[in-house]
Amino acid sequence: MQAFIQTIIDKHEAAPVRLLAILRDIQAEYQHISAATIEILATALKLPRTQIISVIEFYSFLHTTPTGKYDILLSDSITDRMLGKQNLMFYFASQLKLKIGELRSDGLVSLNNTSCTGMCDQGPAGIVNGYALTRLDRPRIDAIIKLIEQHTPVKQWPAEFFAVSDNIYQAGLLLQAPIKPGDALKAHFQRGAQNTLAEIDISGLRGRGGAGFKTAMKWRFCAAEPETERYVVCNADEGEPGTFKDRVILNSYAHQVFEGMTVCASIIGAEQGFLYLRGEYLHLYEKLQAILQERRESALLGNNILNQGINFDIEIRLGCGAYICGEESALIESLEGKRGIPRNRPPYPVSQGYLNKPTVVNNVETFLASTKIAVHGGQWFADVGTEQSQGTKILSISGDCAKPGIYEYAFGVTVAQVLNDCGAYDVLGIQVGGPSGTFIDIKESQRKLAFEDLATGGSFIIFNQSRNILDIVKNFTHFFAHESCGFCTPCRVGTSLLKKQLDKITEGHGSAGDIVALEELCQLVKNNSHCGLGQTAANPILSTLQRYPERYAEKLKDISYEPGFDLDASLETARHLANRDDAGAHLTQVEED
Amino acid sequence: MHKTITIDGQEVPFEAGQTIMDAAISADIYIPHLCHNPDYQPHGSCKLCTVKVNGRNCSACTFPAMEGQDIQNHSADLEQDRLRITQMLFVEGNHFCPSCEKTGNCQLQAVAYYLKMHDNHFPHFFANREMDASHPEILIDHNRCIFCNLCVRASQEKDNKNVFAISGRGINKRLIINSKSGQLKDSDIDINDCAAHICPTGAILIKGTGYQVPIGQRIYDQQKIDEVSLAEESKDHG
Repeated sequence: MQAFIQTIIDKHEAAPVRLLAILRDIQAEYQHISAATIEILATALKLPRTQIISVIEFYSFLHTTPTGKYDILLSDSITDRMLGKQNLMFYFASQLKLKIGELRSDGLVSLNNTSCTGMCDQGPAGIVNGYALTRLDRPRIDAIIKLIEQHTPVKQWPAEFFAVSDNIYQAGLLLQAPIKPGDALKAHFQRGAQNTLAEIDISGLRGRGGAGFKTAMKWRFCAAEPETERYVVCNADEGEPGTFKDRVILNSYAHQVFEGMTVCASIIGAEQGFLYLRGEYLHLYEKLQAILQERRESALLGNNILNQGINFDIEIRLGCGAYICGEESALIESLEGKRGIPRNRPPYPVSQGYLNKPTVVNNVETFLASTKIAVHGGQWFADVGTEQSQGTKILSISGDCAKPGIYEYAFGVTVAQVLNDCGAYDVLGIQVGGPSGTFIDIKESQRKLAFEDLATGGSFIIFNQSRNILDIVKNFTHFFAHESCGFCTPCRVGTSLLKKQLDKITEGHGSAGDIVALEELCQLVKNNSHCGLGQTAANPILSTLQRYPERYAEKLKDISYEPGFDLDASLETARHLANRDDAGAHLTQVEED
Repeated sequence: MHKTITIDGQEVPFEAGQTIMDAAISADIYIPHLCHNPDYQPHGSCKLCTVKVNGRNCSACTFPAMEGQDIQNHSADLEQDRLRITQMLFVEGNHFCPSCEKTGNCQLQAVAYYLKMHDNHFPHFFANREMDASHPEILIDHNRCIFCNLCVRASQEKDNKNVFAISGRGINKRLIINSKSGQLKDSDIDINDCAAHICPTGAILIKGTGYQVPIGQRIYDQQKIDEVSLAEESKDHG
């Protein structure tokens, strides 16, 4: 074991910033990171053992206790559930003869839930030993179980189990007519760095991750920093449930993403870039590495790019299952091999980012757009969209529609148009921008997708009239409680309290005061949390409570108050100890008048 | 000439590099806080010191003071949120003040008194937390840990050690000890370390010193936390 671990440490140059990569490699071999391994790593990396333990315990895909030789996770996104995931999960567990969340006694297999894996257009989805599984159904699960019981290595499983489709149904400025590798860089060098930056400014491009900060301004701020060691980071930690457009962009347009990063690097003066790829997209890793290599061989990356005397390279760092790492400062912490805890701001990443050096962090789609703008100019982009939201937006459409997949629209498109194009009928409502966004009713379908109306990072989940609003809200609320990093009190305790309070109501134990308490708690978490996660975690409840108060009200009991726990069930231990079970040993929950 | 900010209508001078909390303490203005201690790097996690800066919520302990800031510290809304955040800390762990040795000297309890907290409001988590009594001189009761990170910072910044760390995620967050066994007795903590004495609650206690001061004669039995805090903190930094 020691020899293997040493090989892994050497491979990653014993660099503490590569701790996640080291832990991933060790876990892939031993299915967990043992106490003995932690001691070896602490010595070799010169880190306190507690830092290694705390990193392992932070990320969902890392474990201190063994998982199965076959570790299976099913995506627990609302879209997977709508495609029958829950039944498949129970079936899977019963056929494997294990409990969900546990390791089977023979150590061969473990099964658990995981947050949205970004396969919402081809679910129910899962992950086996890190690799994405799509289109799960009973026959496929039967086949998987057979392969597991026969100890067939995952590498030898049928390729169709791992097939991931792009499903692009509508292409616009960004997805049509890809440019040839190098063309954006050539145009950029010919024009001059400052002129390209001016074009990005003219284009009006704003960050595509959702926050919408002006890209040219971010790059300009970073370039103006006195510190000259600077970094470019591409945020490919697409974790918002219902979002999968970055997966498609990286699968089919990666050259243009890397080229956008390189253009940015030459403008801000960075020599090192990172692609922070969410762990769920491990299946893209080798392919992306090959593209980077191809670019190095074509002088589009590395030393003296296109003979312009510019040096820049890109390293891919994988995430390990933490939604919070999509937040840019948490992402930077994670890039540094630490727990993904959002930093206090200011300072902002443009002045103190990776290793506290000036850093530009942009979304995958933003870099793709930058490449296109470098070729076609800013006006080409600015001519499309609305006055405050220029250009196009790539949407990930899932849920109840005939053609779930990728759609690119000019900003300002109405929700109704989108619903029509993807074949959605009998619609109840749409979750725009994912759980952290807004749930809108079909009555609002004339609203526009744009920063000035419905801002979105791209998630667009459609629900038809057969869906239960409270089931949707419950799934989202549980998601946030699971993904809260725990740094600040309002989010750490608040998201779990939201989960308890919502469950109390949906399970029929609520009374009128509970809705008031729920709403008060929502505001508390929203107004006091440290970062975007906590500030938006109550959005599913708030936006549905506003639109469908009756769905909540019909769950309430008529009594004025009911405790949040089952009084009679709580007496079970006492009854057992007293060895009695007569009528006097039972209590009714609340005396009804 | 000093630059100034305004806190609840009062002009407060500040120096470059000061946070809103620093400026407030220098001007004898109390902003409730638990994870903050002016002797250590600001952390910004408890969120009790949330103030409104030009209408926007910010943590006073980490947010830089800047010319022209109009800051609200005492308002019914802010006090209500601080009360609720304190209640969150109470239900998250297991805090039984009457049976805790720290009662009367506990900052969590004192802040609760200051904010006029009469109940826990939220349902209890009844978290299953353990005690570590392994060390001959120092006791850890995880039930009372509020994750202020002060012991972590004290050990790193003042003791030049790394005895404590925060592990886990979300509501499963936990304080861990840097030793092979995970127990305090096997760590390199010393009774004279700052980390052993910094805990604002009763999570880290010194053995053999219990109840030397009778209940009723302790710090916050006699003075409110705003007075104590300002006297202590502006003494060092005023």
